[in-house]
Amino acid sequence: MLEVSGLTVEYAATGNAGGGNPVRAVDDVSLDVKPGEFVGIVGESGCGKSTLLFAIARLLSPPAVVTAGSVTFRGENLVSMTERRLNAIRWQNLSVVMQSAMNALNPVMSVGAQFADALRAHGTSSRKAVAARSAEVLRLVGIDAVHLGSYPHQLSGGMRQRAMIAMALLFTPDLVIMDEPTSALDVVAQRSLMTQIKELQRELGFAVIFVTHDMSLVSHYSDRLVVMYAGQVAEAGLTRRIFDRPLHPYSRGLLEAFPSIRGAKVHLSGIPGAPPDLSVIQNGCRFSPRCPAKLPACETTAPALLDREGTSVRCLLYDPAPAPATAASLSLTRPRQSRRRRND
Amino acid sequence: MTELLRADHLTRHFKIGGRLAGGTLHAVDDVSFAIGEREIVALAGESGSGKSTVARLLARVYPPTSGTVTYFDESGTGKPLSALRSRRDALRYSAQVPMVFQDPFSSLHPVFRASHGVLRALKLHRPELSAAERRAEAARAFDVVGLGAGMLDRYPHELSGGQRQRVGFAQALATRPRLILADEPVSMLDTSIRIGLLNLMAKLRDDEGVSILYITHDIASARYVADRLIVMYAGQIAETGPVEDVLAAPRHPYTQLLLSAVPDPKAPPPSLEAMAAAAGERGEPPKVIDPRPGCRFQPRCPVATDLCATVTPELLPLGSGEAACHVAQSDVEVKAFS
Repeated sequence: MLEVSGLTVEYAATGNAGGGNPVRAVDDVSLDVKPGEFVGIVGESGCGKSTLLFAIARLLSPPAVVTAGSVTFRGENLVSMTERRLNAIRWQNLSVVMQSAMNALNPVMSVGAQFADALRAHGTSSRKAVAARSAEVLRLVGIDAVHLGSYPHQLSGGMRQRAMIAMALLFTPDLVIMDEPTSALDVVAQRSLMTQIKELQRELGFAVIFVTHDMSLVSHYSDRLVVMYAGQVAEAGLTRRIFDRPLHPYSRGLLEAFPSIRGAKVHLSGIPGAPPDLSVIQNGCRFSPRCPAKLPACETTAPALLDREGTSVRCLLYDPAPAPATAASLSLTRPRQSRRRRND
Repeated sequence: MTELLRADHLTRHFKIGGRLAGGTLHAVDDVSFAIGEREIVALAGESGSGKSTVARLLARVYPPTSGTVTYFDESGTGKPLSALRSRRDALRYSAQVPMVFQDPFSSLHPVFRASHGVLRALKLHRPELSAAERRAEAARAFDVVGLGAGMLDRYPHELSGGQRQRVGFAQALATRPRLILADEPVSMLDTSIRIGLLNLMAKLRDDEGVSILYITHDIASARYVADRLIVMYAGQIAETGPVEDVLAAPRHPYTQLLLSAVPDPKAPPPSLEAMAAAAGERGEPPKVIDPRPGCRFQPRCPVATDLCATVTPELLPLGSGEAACHVAQSDVEVKAFS
């Protein structure tokens, strides 16, 4: 239903920031979402997960530019679509739930007025229909319809997030994109919201792209998982498979960085170092400075995304024939310039 | 356990709202606990449970509405914080009980070098040191927290989040502390870096003999690093005890709810029906404004009795810890959430 292929997003450098290099926040990311699927995208801050999501929903604003790749949603390319066509699709077929409900909801409009706004913008004009649909979606997420008259500050954090989700469901979309909707909630509210999303998904059949930095959160809810590191896909595959047998050293490190409340207490070490600065073009694997399983070739050869046992993994450990260093450094000088500004 | 600090019936209320619709927010209500030497005590709770207010009361950011905090100095003599009247006493206390803040991005001054905070603290708290000695001491503090001496002259923007938070700990460490108040020190950091900071806290306890009050909403990290756990709910302590004992056999229904909600990535996923049943609990922690007597968890509690609605349960010894629950105290095994 949604097919992202080779998507690359760059933030143009202004002045001397980043040494004049554009920051490539999303680098050649491909991803597909089938109807009714729950796809989790995990990664640390600065790995490009939010930029990717904004690029998919075409919400990027300068200096961020999509420089390559396409986003095909139900057979149409979102990247090159006209605003007019986009307006019809957004919210109707594809909706977005933002991270902070307090900031995403208008504080001086009642919840019902905000629902009505969206409904009218997409052609539901009769007052009766607006009221009926608003009450219906609010009940869907377990909030009493009297709260249509409430203002955002009168709702608790969990209810605000639920109202946001209700808003995204106003038109029964095919795809709902969620950007860390639970990060402001405590564990109890988090679990109840996640379960609710799953139930709604089963009932209404929409697909979900769920972005989060908390890997344990999606472990029980997502069908497939994409692990991002430094703007690239490090590993992608079935959620259970990645949790049971992570292939990429980064995913392995991430999974081992969680202390558990069950089982024996074990000493953990986390991943040393910090993610790379994306404005500096790095030769070789981007994870190699932090990688415990580093090979000599990792510093010079940029690994390609390989297919291993149904899981995609970007790591030389799984490359049957690592290219010789010389050939690799040649291939690294691929013409970056020509790929820029293909769109617009 | 040699006590380092003891809070007795600590209470802090805030006046909120206007003159007509005003009320009193009971941020912390009748909280008593002790922190011993060389131990990490985790204070866990949801946002709004009053855990940060406790830290601020201990740091003397504001005085308690009622109740006392007693601090025991090196000689073992206890003195209530309200008796710290002279500037010298106050300085000495804040040197020995420093605070580490949540957000490493806003707690360092962007135009000064990383060593600035450490050097300032040394100048204030240990005026006998010369400039060279201060620098040597700063280098020592940086070394203990795992930053090279080369980091002293870096600016905050050149450091990663984890490194900045280490600077925060170095600042606290420079004044020879006995107890560090760490208010959510790792919640702003990425998961791959968090563990490094938790290991640092354990190292400070083991090698430097510092006690830490570790405030967090993450029970798993509390278990990883802490010796004892205090669970707060709506401004009161729900349960406390040795961390492994509390996690193995939680007695308070709220602790049980909290533990049941922590996702376990290693376990196979439960069916949606099981998840829905477990998540059926949709209650939320109350805003404690002008509360009536009674257990504050009672509206959400599946095992509540009539007594719970009218009488506030006291925190009483139970097993190896303490719990504030009428049902648990009546020798009935509580199994509210699992």
